[in-house]
Parts: sequence; C-alpha cells; structure tokens
Amino acid sequence: MSTEGVDTSRRRFLTLATTGMGVVGGAAVVWPFLASLRPSAKAQAAGAPVTVDLTAVEPGQKLSVTWRGKAVWVVRRTPEMVASLDKVTADLTDPESKSSLQPAYVKGAGRSIKPDVLVTIGNCTHLGCIPTFRPEHPAPDIHPHWEGGFFCPCHGSKFDLAGRVYKGSPAPVNLVIPPHRFASDLSVVIGEDQA
Amino acid sequence: MAIVPNPYKTTGFLGWIDDRFPLTKLWKDHLSEYYAPKNFNFWYYFGSLALLVLVNQLITGIVLTMHYKPGAETAFDSVEYIMRDVPWGNIIRYMHSTGASAFFIVVFMHMYRGLLYGSYKKPRELIWVFGALIFLVLMAEAFCGYVLPWGNMSYWGAQVIISLFGTIPVIGPDVVIWVQGDYSPADATLNRLFSLHVIALPFVLVGLVVAHLIALHEVGSNNPDGVEIKKHKDKATGIPLDGIPFHPYYTVKDIVGVTVFLMIFAGIIFWAPDGGGYFLEKPNFTPASAINTPEHITPAWYFGSFYAILRATPPLFGSALPGVIAMFGAVLVIFFVPWLDRSPVKSIRYKGPLFKIALTLFTIAFIALSYYGMQPPSPLGKLVSQIGSVVYFLFFFLMPVYTKMDSYKTEPERVTHDAH
Repeated sequence: MSTEGVDTSRRRFLTLATTGMGVVGGAAVVWPFLASLRPSAKAQAAGAPVTVDLTAVEPGQKLSVTWRGKAVWVVRRTPEMVASLDKVTADLTDPESKSSLQPAYVKGAGRSIKPDVLVTIGNCTHLGCIPTFRPEHPAPDIHPHWEGGFFCPCHGSKFDLAGRVYKGSPAPVNLVIPPHRFASDLSVVIGEDQA
Repeated sequence: MAIVPNPYKTTGFLGWIDDRFPLTKLWKDHLSEYYAPKNFNFWYYFGSLALLVLVNQLITGIVLTMHYKPGAETAFDSVEYIMRDVPWGNIIRYMHSTGASAFFIVVFMHMYRGLLYGSYKKPRELIWVFGALIFLVLMAEAFCGYVLPWGNMSYWGAQVIISLFGTIPVIGPDVVIWVQGDYSPADATLNRLFSLHVIALPFVLVGLVVAHLIALHEVGSNNPDGVEIKKHKDKATGIPLDGIPFHPYYTVKDIVGVTVFLMIFAGIIFWAPDGGGYFLEKPNFTPASAINTPEHITPAWYFGSFYAILRATPPLFGSALPGVIAMFGAVLVIFFVPWLDRSPVKSIRYKGPLFKIALTLFTIAFIALSYYGMQPPSPLGKLVSQIGSVVYFLFFFLMPVYTKMDSYKTEPERVTHDAH
C-alpha cells in the first residue's frame, strides 16, 4: 500500500476509531441474542410463589409441591423427628449449615422457621436427582446411625430430616432451603422471604 | 500463487465447468490423484465409516425433523407418533438413534488408530486438533439429541449436565438459569437444544470435517509404519513410490468396510434397536417428569468414561467443581497429544515397551471407566473409577516422560507391505 502523500497518523487514527466503533457496535448487536436466552416473561410468571396448605398433612408426612419446576418438600416433623436431629451431628458434613444455601431467617439444627415444618428443595445438591423419603429407622442398609431422612438413589447421597448431608456422600452440601414464609399457622408461601 | 483456471485443459462441457469451477482439479486432488500409503490396514476403515455415519445422521435427521415437534408438551408424543404412525418411522428413528452409538464406536476406533500409529505427530498436529474439536462437538450434538425425545432420562440427563454449569463459582446458578431459559429444564430448554441439534452444531460439525480432510490431504495420510511416503518419490512423476491413488484403490477397499459395517448396523436396527437398553435407555420410554427421578440416572454409554471421572473426583470446599474440571479436562487433554508425545518414531510397531504398557493401561482404564460410569454407585465402582481416572490422566501427563525414556526400534525407510 502506497503511503506517498498520505497523512499516516491521521489514517491510523481513523482506522483505529472505525475499528473501535465497529467492536462496540458488534458487542451491542450480540447483547440481544444473549439476553434472549434468559427466562421469558412467561417463564418468570410461571416461577411465581406457591402457597401450600398444611392442614391436610399429618405430622411425620412429607408433601411434594412444584415451584419453578423443582420439587419442594414440606415435611411436618414429629417431636421425635426433631429430637433425632441432634443424635446424628457427628455423622454430618456440615451440621451447622455454614457452607450450605439457606435464608438467614432459617436457624439451628432443624433448618426451619418453625421446628415442626421443614421446607426444602428436593433436588440433591450433587447433581439434582430427587432423593427418596426414608423416615423409617434404624435402617442399616442406608447408614448404621440412620434416624430417618432422605436417600438419593442416583449416587447414594444421604441426608437427615433437616436435609443435612451425611459424611461420605457425593453431595457436597446440605439440601437447599428455598425462600419461604408462613402466611398463617398452617400455610406456607414458597418463593417469598419471611419479613 | 495465483489460481490457474482449468489447469488440466479439459474441453467440451467439462471444460466449460472447469473454466469456472475446479471440478476436475478437486476430483484429482482429493480422489484420483490423492496418493495414500499402500499399507493401510483394518484400522483405516473407521475414517470413511465416520463419514458414512455422518451422512446417515444428516439424512435420517432431516426426515425425523419433518415429523418431530419440539416443545415440552409435544416432543414425547411426536416421537411416539414417529414410532407408531409414520410409515417406516420406527426404522428411520432407529437408524438415527443407533447411528449415534455407531458414530461414537467408529470415532473411538478412529482416534485409537491415531494413538496406535502416531497419526497426530508432525506434520499432522492440526488434523488431530480438528479431530478433537469434532469429538467435542459430537459430544455436544449427542447430548442435545438425547434430550429431544423428552423422556424421563432425557429430562434428568439434561438436569445433570446443565447443573454442571452451576458449579462455576459465584455466577454458576445464574448461568444455569440462562442456559435453561427457565428455573428448571423446561420447554425453553428443549427448544434451544433442538435448535443447536439441528442447525448450529451440524453446521459446525460438517465445517470441521471439511477442515479435517483439507488438512489431511494437504500433508497426506499417515500409515501403520508411521513413515512418510513422500520421502521416496518417483523421479519422473513425483508420485510417492509407496502411494496408490485413493480412487479407485481405497474407495473400493472402503466399500468392503462399509458392507461389513452396514450388515452389523442393519442387524442392530432390525433386531436389537435399543441395544439392550444401552442405545435407547428404558426410562426414556416414559415421559419427562420433574418430580420423579429414574431409579438410576445413567449417561449414554459413550459418555460413561467421562461421567465416571466426574463421579470419582471428590468435592473440594463443598463444591463439585473439581469433578467438572476433571471431566472437561479429560476431553481437553486429548488436544495436546501431538505435543505430549516426544518419541522419535510415530508407529507403535517401532515404539518400546513403556509406550505399549502405557497404552494398554490406558485402554483398560478407559473401558473400566466406561463400564462403571453406567453402573449405580458402589464402593467398588468408586475405587475402580478413581484408579481409572488417575491412569487416564497419567497416560497423558506422563507421556513426555515415558516417550522420552523409552527404547525404540529403527523405522524402515519405506512402508512394509506384502501385495496380496
């Protein structure tokens, strides 16, 4: 390319400026395509909070509901179940839920707002399978110190009745507690935070 | 070098075309005057078979897309519609689903051939890299296709694979929602995987196959002796003394391979299309359900080894990230083989005991991983998978060491071959 009679610094500036604008424009065009992959307005609406009525759930029973396509369990724990939580502490990976996902208002070994009602996402924290509810105990086929809990058939993760993972499970952390609040004594809203 | 139109000076109708498009030149460069070594053996069938299976997948895929309806509400029923109501639909679907497994069988054999005869070594590094990219895209393509019937295994397979993105620190959970387009695998997820499966990935795949072949024909094929046939050319013609034209010699030879392959392929399609639950898994004959996991989630058999590596890697700081890194690392490490192998010869025929031991251990490890990746979790499976994963990676990581220490036989000057 001949540079005779050409102001090369001006040419370089114009080339850089044009290239720069082209890159900015290109990036701006990419954005709508990437953003179009986010949940649509319809999907967001379908992900709205779910209200669960607990009047028909007996103590010791588990209710499965779907929230945002995930299984959410509501377990009404008996006093005996609540008492069992402290017996398995030594067998757990994260008994105090320090590295597990749960809202700040969920406290203690029971990981619940009220001791007798556990609300947890029913997807194993390993790879998202649904563990089975195994309240019966002892169950030496699952664990020598089994006090009831959840057993994942996919990769063998074990959780206690507060969704806390047993040592030696492939799941790294406890089951996730979703945001939830009590609208009344026996009515839980899943997907909204406790005030 | 400027392009010379019609270098072969053809005339008539062909000449009219050759003046405008290099038809004769392409034919000669890539078939009738592409000189391949004369000593190809059994292992050299799998490249052309991979091409055959690719064509099978494209044609059956085009027809299936005419009847399939993507969407969480329609996908499962439309696959059953293809199986029951569309004339010959079951055979065409079985050709496609069996074709996926066949694709991996021939590609694994094709890659293994590369390891045996050092087909990745200089000057064929880029052929290998394009090939490894093809393998990567093929895995993505197979995964997307696996989800499309929206059976329960499709759904939970998607859940497990997409949740791998969730292990990325900080942004992981948001990435999963973005990838899914919903808060769980849903209609939006299925539709985007359909788009990738029938448009984006096939385009990339075919483009990479073309690049793979262009690179191959630029440098010429390797052979079981791993010696360059271009070292000894006929003085007058410049044709390699040990080379024979691809067409008709290897086109005819490959037709034999194709015939044998198609007999087996057709046999599976006709009499064992689900491959005993390995080609089409039984839980996938029930529709997707977000609240019912299959008893035991298995990947398709061809992902077994990588899945076993994922499961065998222990979590770190409460995160499954190391397993995900190990699994992707197991694929990525394949790209580096041309630079990891420091041996002075290409072919295993002239390599020493260290390489042979390493390759044998790797082969055993790969098969064991593939097996245990499909089994329910067990202490034995975990132990074997952990040992297998270590062997898998050491085969690659230690390759610069053992290929340097190994003893070698002298390569012959020319290929060894007895005419039949």
